[in-house]
Amino acid sequence: MHATIDDVWAALDHLTDPEIPVVTLRELGILRDIRETANGIEVVITPTYSGCPAMGQIEDDVRASLQQAGIEARVITQLAPAWTTDWMSEEAKAKLRAYGIAPPHTTPSDTSVIRFVRRVDTRPVACPQCGSTNTILSSQFGSTACKALYKCLDCQEPFDYFKPY
Amino acid sequence: MSTAPNDYLLHLADNAVVLGQRDAEWCGHGPILEEDLALANVSLDLIGQARLLYQLAATRIGNGATEDTLAYFRDDTEFRNYTLVELPNHGALVGYAASDRDYATTIVRNFLYSALMVLVWDALQKSPDADLAAIAAKSLKEARYHLHHAADWVVKFGDGTEESHARAQAALDHLFPYTEEFWTPSAAEDAAIASGAATDVRTLRAAWDAIVADTLAEATLKRPDVRGYVPEGKHGRHSEHLSYLLGEMQGLARAHPGATW
Repeated sequence: MHATIDDVWAALDHLTDPEIPVVTLRELGILRDIRETANGIEVVITPTYSGCPAMGQIEDDVRASLQQAGIEARVITQLAPAWTTDWMSEEAKAKLRAYGIAPPHTTPSDTSVIRFVRRVDTRPVACPQCGSTNTILSSQFGSTACKALYKCLDCQEPFDYFKPY
Repeated sequence: MSTAPNDYLLHLADNAVVLGQRDAEWCGHGPILEEDLALANVSLDLIGQARLLYQLAATRIGNGATEDTLAYFRDDTEFRNYTLVELPNHGALVGYAASDRDYATTIVRNFLYSALMVLVWDALQKSPDADLAAIAAKSLKEARYHLHHAADWVVKFGDGTEESHARAQAALDHLFPYTEEFWTPSAAEDAAIASGAATDVRTLRAAWDAIVADTLAEATLKRPDVRGYVPEGKHGRHSEHLSYLLGEMQGLARAHPGATW
């Protein structure tokens, strides 16, 4: 049977991030494209952080799901344009919040290197537990490279913030 | 199409893998849990960047080269990293003083290096070498966080207690002379500039000086006077420290070639 593009999307739609199992690879923008080429179907994935240890697992998960569905497709890793948290869907952001991770702000529009240097993003990050914006950055790096560690000064809960990338 | 010379890719990759290895020495030894995690994450980013660059170089070199042969089976004199990134996580030791980790040294080094790399990656993301530009665009996003992290701590240390100020200034005095290497292009860098694939790093010096001046002023630290010796790590002439670092990093792969787990 020749699989259609829709079949492939359907086969891969359930795959979630190994670290954050409430959001799918598609919602995160990691599963970027599925396309028909002269050499058959290609599944295009893109790495998040260069050193993200979850990427190997993600690629394995994609291959395993394709195999399970009996679909022959090549998995292509594409770097450009670089993955950005701006690709994350609103649904994904809502799911992150419900899971206890503050979703990322949009990436700062002023990306000038010099201006960006010392002035850390000052936009308030709302606590995913109580919604307060009276929060403070504890560390630029949290449990994974993609997250920073914050603390809510109202409900006193520490929480992760998915950093704009 | 202009492509960056392989030696230039290796220079970028070697910097990242060697500093990634150094920062990873804090894993399980961080001064506080948050910093233990931060340094591990910075290391992962750096090693990830190195992998992308080694993979690209390996594809272009051919002849069976892989990211592993480039990282694990080249000897110390073949590495093209700055001497700065291979130095231990402490200042000069005298006599039989016990080796120790000094967080100020680690932070100041990460600051001096990431202040350069945000500028280098920013320039390279516009490179006509599309593969290199793609890696640079990703690396820039990561280097910005590394710089934020390091600069924050430079300010906390410098403008902190008498002890933290003294140690930050000592680390700066120790490491700053090694930054002279940034501004003297190697043959690989000259070739990369000539190919059109890379920017002349000397054109980034004023911006680097501005980042350093801004942070040091806030940190109440003094920029050391530097003159004279220019290290030559990127020419393959390293300090003795690189050999030990590589001994640890490459030992397993060389003892068990092709091992997988």
